[in-house]
Amino acid sequence: MAISVKDVQHIASLACVDLNETEQERFAKQFNSILEYFKELDGLNTEGVEPTYHVIGLNNVFREDDAYEPLPQEEALKNAPRHEKGYFKGPRIV
Amino acid sequence: MDGDGLEGSVIIGLEIHCQLNKLNSKLFCGCSTKQQGLEPNTMTCPVCLGLPGALPVINKKAVEYSIMVGLALSCEIAEHTQFYRKNYYYPDLPRGFQITQYDWPIASNGILTVEADGEERTVRIRRVHMEEDPGRLVHQGSIETSKFVLVDYNRSGMPLLEVVTEPDLRSPKEARRFINKLRNILEYLDVFDGSLEGALRVDANVSLRGGARVEIKNISSYKGVERALLFEISRQQNMKRRGVKVTQETRHYDDERNCTITLRTKEQAEEYRYYPEPDLVPLSVKSWEPRLKATLPELPDARRERFKKQYSISDDHAKVITSEIRVANYYECVAGKCEPRLAATWVADYLKGELNYRDRDIKDAFEPEKMIYILEQLKTGIITDKGAVEVMRALLDEGGDPKDIILSRNLAKVETDITKAAVKDVIKENLEAIRDYKDGKPQALNYLVGKVMKKTNGRADPAEVNLLLRELLECT
Repeated sequence: MAISVKDVQHIASLACVDLNETEQERFAKQFNSILEYFKELDGLNTEGVEPTYHVIGLNNVFREDDAYEPLPQEEALKNAPRHEKGYFKGPRIV
Repeated sequence: MDGDGLEGSVIIGLEIHCQLNKLNSKLFCGCSTKQQGLEPNTMTCPVCLGLPGALPVINKKAVEYSIMVGLALSCEIAEHTQFYRKNYYYPDLPRGFQITQYDWPIASNGILTVEADGEERTVRIRRVHMEEDPGRLVHQGSIETSKFVLVDYNRSGMPLLEVVTEPDLRSPKEARRFINKLRNILEYLDVFDGSLEGALRVDANVSLRGGARVEIKNISSYKGVERALLFEISRQQNMKRRGVKVTQETRHYDDERNCTITLRTKEQAEEYRYYPEPDLVPLSVKSWEPRLKATLPELPDARRERFKKQYSISDDHAKVITSEIRVANYYECVAGKCEPRLAATWVADYLKGELNYRDRDIKDAFEPEKMIYILEQLKTGIITDKGAVEVMRALLDEGGDPKDIILSRNLAKVETDITKAAVKDVIKENLEAIRDYKDGKPQALNYLVGKVMKKTNGRADPAEVNLLLRELLECT
């Protein structure tokens, strides 16, 4: 399945990323070349190979159920471009 | 839904989000879970704010709790489980994705039985998975007209379990019962306090047989589930009646106006662009299963069976009493010191009734010791049933000591001599009613009993009055 410019537009809108027409075409081309590469991988014989679920091979890393001191409110809001009454302020959603 | 001919046409599936609010810290960071009622954004850290470079590490106890819930719902525990990023752009997520589970949820393929009309229905549990709660959005006015949102990330990262059922429920009432039973089990497991605001939130999928499925999101009260479903079902029925096709969509439930409004057409699963969370390592914890299974407490259904055997109480009483862990504990406390069947009647019927009437919880009731005292007075004949109810009401409304209440309100039962005298007086004063009784109108006796009760200010024992009246009437 090839990625069309329309697919790129759809994905960009889901991710809230603005792309101009040139960029859309460039991304479509790049996506397709990535998929071509995956097709090559599909051709490999993987019989008897254990699946890998994660890249670094670790598992079962936990922390105990202990609480620590949170950030003070003004620290938490420090990077926010807009805030009000201790809340972050965001765009309307519907 | 009863009696309107809908049975069999309604199909409901639920996704129930429960906060594991008995944990000390959030799912992936050490912020406290005690975030209720705090000033906004005062219980956050780089991890739950999604700041660059912050790394989540999973709370071990949250995994143990999830396995316990899975086991309590007769699920299989996964051999291998891991987290995924669910990408969507929404201000309640600081990172632009939610950390949740997708393939290999921690538990799957369980069942829970729920009472349907006159039978037990088995509801299949598709999966139980762990995820983080997003932040809380505050809208200015309604969600539709608000110009912007205010965001509080105190809730962000709260540990959630999502329980997903198969579409096996057939009415809003069954859905409510299912949720109550699930809540009850979680409280027995001591992983959840359902009385906290927002502790349990439900998305419901509902369709009429053959029609499209509509998802109602964010139902946040227990009563709201039944009401939202009733509203949505009648909306779909009206459309069907008018020949309009129901479209698949996501709707928001407005608790205040009791209606559902359209939010957006449903996002497809692939649009969330799930992919394995690279910052969290996979979990292989199936080996914990035997150890956790051994720590499971007695669950509601088992306790109900034990109560029936141990205390010889009826199935109905056992069901009411065990349907809430606090009530069950209260009952065991009382039943240990009094006649268990008497205790069952007074806890299940009278106390629960009085509490429901006041829209109050068992934890706001008076102490079991006071109930034991009342039942002792009742058993030894110091007070009547009516008197006992009055003491309970006074305790619930004003508090105090049952002994003082009995004294100050003159509730102690009158002596038999006084009752006898009152009975004699009533017989003298109501010759007409006596004639009726002798002419074969048994209801005249009730009238006479009432007269005696009035004369003794309700402090005579109606059963005794009844007996005395009959005796005297037979002799005259």
